[in-house]
Amino acid sequence: MRGEARGLFHDRRAAVGAAVLAVAVLGALLAPLLAGDPIAQHDIVLTRFLPPLATDPLGAFHLLGTDRFGRDVWARLIYGARVSLGVGVLAVLLSVLIGVAVGAAAGFWRGWLATALLGLTDFALALPRVVLLLLLASLWRPSAGLVIVVLGLTGWMTIARLVYAEVRALAGRPFVESAVGLGVPGPRILLRHILPNAMTPVIVATALGLGNAVLLEAGLSFLGLGVQPPTPSWGNLIASGRDTLVNAPWVATAPGVALVLVVVAATLLGDAVRDRLDPGKVG
Amino acid sequence: MQAFARRAVSGFGVVLGVVTLMFALLRLAPGDPALLLVGPAATAEQVAAQRHALGLDRPLPAQYAAWLGRFAQGDWGTSIATGRPVRTMLARAWPATVRLVGISLVLSYLIGIGIGVVQATRGGWLDTALSVATVTLFALPGYWLGLMMVMLFTYWLRWLPAFGAAGFDADFLPPAARLADRLRHLTLPLVTLTLVGIGGTARFVRGAMLDVAGAPFVTVARAKGLSERRVTLHHVLRNALIPVLTLLGLSLPTLFSGAVFIEAIFAWPGVGRVLVEAVQARDYPVVMAATAVSAVLVVLGNLLSELLVHVADPRVR
Repeated sequence: MRGEARGLFHDRRAAVGAAVLAVAVLGALLAPLLAGDPIAQHDIVLTRFLPPLATDPLGAFHLLGTDRFGRDVWARLIYGARVSLGVGVLAVLLSVLIGVAVGAAAGFWRGWLATALLGLTDFALALPRVVLLLLLASLWRPSAGLVIVVLGLTGWMTIARLVYAEVRALAGRPFVESAVGLGVPGPRILLRHILPNAMTPVIVATALGLGNAVLLEAGLSFLGLGVQPPTPSWGNLIASGRDTLVNAPWVATAPGVALVLVVVAATLLGDAVRDRLDPGKVG
Repeated sequence: MQAFARRAVSGFGVVLGVVTLMFALLRLAPGDPALLLVGPAATAEQVAAQRHALGLDRPLPAQYAAWLGRFAQGDWGTSIATGRPVRTMLARAWPATVRLVGISLVLSYLIGIGIGVVQATRGGWLDTALSVATVTLFALPGYWLGLMMVMLFTYWLRWLPAFGAAGFDADFLPPAARLADRLRHLTLPLVTLTLVGIGGTARFVRGAMLDVAGAPFVTVARAKGLSERRVTLHHVLRNALIPVLTLLGLSLPTLFSGAVFIEAIFAWPGVGRVLVEAVQARDYPVVMAATAVSAVLVVLGNLLSELLVHVADPRVR
């Protein structure tokens, strides 16, 4: 797999996607160096709703303008990247954990366990994800942690199916039979021999799932069910700009553009990885 | 026919599973289930009545049976926020959702298939340009696109209305004007939802077409001397459409989820908006019922798509 991956960045999609994501992640990590305080409010009357590239009467320069409370939009965007990307990555990792566990167990041990797990997977797939998210988010107190758990619990199904197919195929191979014959215990075979070879679809699903997770976190925060203000997230930034679309469109536009760029980058990267490692798959 | 019956049974299983899930969640969530369902403004007698209806003093299996019985009989409780029966609220809301989602589904599939076919047959720079466009559409948050459309078409151009399914004076308009009014209100939410759907469909169709185009029977068709157009439309597209029809069923939950945000943005009077408003108000009877209705709509849509695949693919018959 490493050999195939080496030529990955010759594909322009992978290069562009990875570059944009790297910039976004770097920006999020270096937030304190790149922008001022996203939460502090100064003289609100003097600093509210300044357009992009304006300098306020107190001397501060605002690259993307200010919002209704005079807070710098660029700072909220950068710090919001931390939250949105962080939640997205953690949510996808949780989905991968659950999905791999479910899929591997079903694919390796088969029988009634597989039937039960696959039935659970199909049931979960038939549910509209956002409806489920709303239901779960309404029953508990909204927070970043809740969003991660809820997104993770509703996004594992595709990975489970993919892992199930791969593990099932690999479990019939001679190298597994010999491991069993040598007396290697089941879980060890699964962890050390089968799973490392079954990771290809998981990687693709992770990249594509990251874009989706970031979008959904923003959606939940937009509805007020995710990250709560004043902590900035791209979703609640769009929500806060919603009422002032006419006189201050930059507040809602900037986080949306950031969202689209990140999700496009993740999707392009996922497409490129999939085409590279599994050229026979349907697009 | 047998496959259809099996699908119907599994669909019923999904609905049963959703009702069971809500039963479990109501008990797992923090707070007293009876209090959650009657709201903070209820009297002691109302809370006691709710406790009795839920059977909270009885063993768990009896509670579950009582819960199922209530749902099956159509007693979905009373909304905490509006005081109206939940069933009435949802009965009025679901046709609007079916209208929006149904038309959007048809449009986004027709356009998406068209774009996918063009991409697969032309190739070159057009393919690349359309790929960029479809990936961007795929990545757009529906609610953000909706906001941008409202900004452009309602505030700047003043062409189209941004809220509701009909104007305030709709009842007083003559029939033709009323229809025009309804169409104007439908335009922005429909366009937004359709644009988001086109991205995913076009990408999938392009892949399916390229996949089928490499098959041996296509080479045979060309060798027989058929025109390129006939090969594309009659042979490649027809076979590429079968996975697309399957995708239709699989994408219904996603489409429904997207519709929830769109309905919230445009105040479209459908199940999605009812759900969002109920969630924000912690109106649990409505949240539970709206979730169940959403699951039912998805199941029905899946059955429809199974039927379409059955009709389209002779191998399945």
